[in-house]
Amino acid sequence: MEIPAIVGAGLVVIGAGIGIGKIGGSAMEAIARQPEATGKIQTAMLIAAALIEGIGFAALFAV
Amino acid sequence: MEELFGGFSLGLFFWQAVLFLALVFLLKKFAWKPILDSVNNREEGIKNALEAAENAKKEMENLQADNQKLLKEARAEREAMLKEARDIKNKMIEDAKEEANEAAAKLMAQAQATIQTEKKAAILELKSQVASLSIEIAEKVVQDELSNKGKQEKLVESMLGEATLN
Amino acid sequence: MRKKIAFKPVTLLLLLITFMSFAKEDVKHEESGSDLKTEIKEYIQHHLLDSYDFNLFSYDNGEKHFGFPLPVILWDNGLKVFSSSKFHHGETVAEAGGSYYKLHHGKIYKVDGPNGEIIEGDHHHATNEKPLDFSITKNVVLIAMVFAIMFFMFSRMAKSYKKNNGMPKGTGRFLEPIVLYVRDEIAIPNIGEKKYKKYMSYLLTVFFFVWIVNLFGLTPIGMNVTNNIAVTLCLALITYLITTFSGNKNYWKHIFWMPGVPVPMKIILAPIELLGTIIKPFALMIRLYANITAGHVVLMSIIGMMFIFNNWLGSSLSFLLAFVLGILELLVAALQAYIFTVLSALYFGMAVEDHDHH
Repeated sequence: MEIPAIVGAGLVVIGAGIGIGKIGGSAMEAIARQPEATGKIQTAMLIAAALIEGIGFAALFAV
Repeated sequence: MEELFGGFSLGLFFWQAVLFLALVFLLKKFAWKPILDSVNNREEGIKNALEAAENAKKEMENLQADNQKLLKEARAEREAMLKEARDIKNKMIEDAKEEANEAAAKLMAQAQATIQTEKKAAILELKSQVASLSIEIAEKVVQDELSNKGKQEKLVESMLGEATLN
Repeated sequence: MRKKIAFKPVTLLLLLITFMSFAKEDVKHEESGSDLKTEIKEYIQHHLLDSYDFNLFSYDNGEKHFGFPLPVILWDNGLKVFSSSKFHHGETVAEAGGSYYKLHHGKIYKVDGPNGEIIEGDHHHATNEKPLDFSITKNVVLIAMVFAIMFFMFSRMAKSYKKNNGMPKGTGRFLEPIVLYVRDEIAIPNIGEKKYKKYMSYLLTVFFFVWIVNLFGLTPIGMNVTNNIAVTLCLALITYLITTFSGNKNYWKHIFWMPGVPVPMKIILAPIELLGTIIKPFALMIRLYANITAGHVVLMSIIGMMFIFNNWLGSSLSFLLAFVLGILELLVAALQAYIFTVLSALYFGMAVEDHDHH
């Protein structure tokens, strides 16, 4: 494990974190706007978050 | 990445694959198929029952609409009948009135005619009676007058006097 | 609302613990503290590994163990089966059919003789020969247990439908909404009304399997199946194979000759799309593995912090934090099962989609 790789992984994790945060925030707004579509929004949110999470893990394990 | 696959164990992979695939096939045969089939059957049943209820409701509505229509027709017919009856009644009353009027007029005319004839007859009788009475009276007066000579003359004179005046 | 309330104490705790760990820096007996830390670290690493015996707990400083041995099955110039008690928890060399084996970091290596040693290369990796290992390890036992539990539970549920005129009874009443959830919220929206039936068996099995296995990982028995890359690789591989074999013309067309883009782009996109078909199940594998592993590491580290703090405030606070995290892990156990199933269904849906919406 070299320092640049760790820093890179950290950057990816920060990016993934921001991405998931944005997804969560947008989902909250969407639910507030359309409470009747909560189920659909949650599903889409989880799928998108899971996909980004995969990138984060890939970065972590690539180190 | 190396660390990730360093922990890879072929034996565990093998057992997992065998057990998991066996589980999928066993559960498919003994659990998922019967469960999903019964759930499907139940849902189908509920759907069918709901549809039947909906159909029954529709039929009821149709029936009610028919009833309404029939009722309306019946009402219209009754109305028409009533109107006809009223018309007939009115006409009958009218006719009866006319007839009565006619009859009354006839009767009046007859009565008038009878009265006229009766009147004429009465007048005639009265005339004849007056004539006979006056003849009698005249007879009596003449008899009386003629029994007295002086009076006879006087009469003749007065008559004559009158005659000349005429 | 509930989440909001739950998160506030967690942040507060985290802050407190951060301060306390700073304060802890200048504690006098630093050496014993670092010893304890390495011990906990090793314990966690050990906990995450598979093992050849069913060890429930150790006592007397790890001298005595409570549990039972499991069969070791090796293929090394012929089948070799012996009990894992021969290893004496990795302390001695086991002999079977003229060959000698020794445990090293939870793996079996072949050694030269009864007094053979593991020869370590770079990064503590043993350079000894590794026999093909099909042993019934602790994780295999748990997989078999889950197999039995699921088979018993769901076949009973299926029988209760028959007996009860199409209505579930007992556990079926609890399980039916979950089965229907998988069907109505996972399979039908992602795969489509017409084609979902083929995939229901796999989706339901994988959902319940991952969920139950994750839940077992949270029990104090200390078995965690889904933090073995072999297990998640197996599941992801099955998803990949189903996706590949059910892919229709339209699916392959979208991979090799993407419609609606100019020809040079098609040539560039083809390898990317092809790689994407492999990356998708790969991410599936990594996600499940990493989530469960990370959850276990964090949870056990916080439990370990109870012993490192060694005072009533810190220990009780880390206990509380461990409790809250344990509840969070319960959610993660179900969430990861859900996500694995949803993404599998999504990939199947992509493979069988036939209308051209471009």
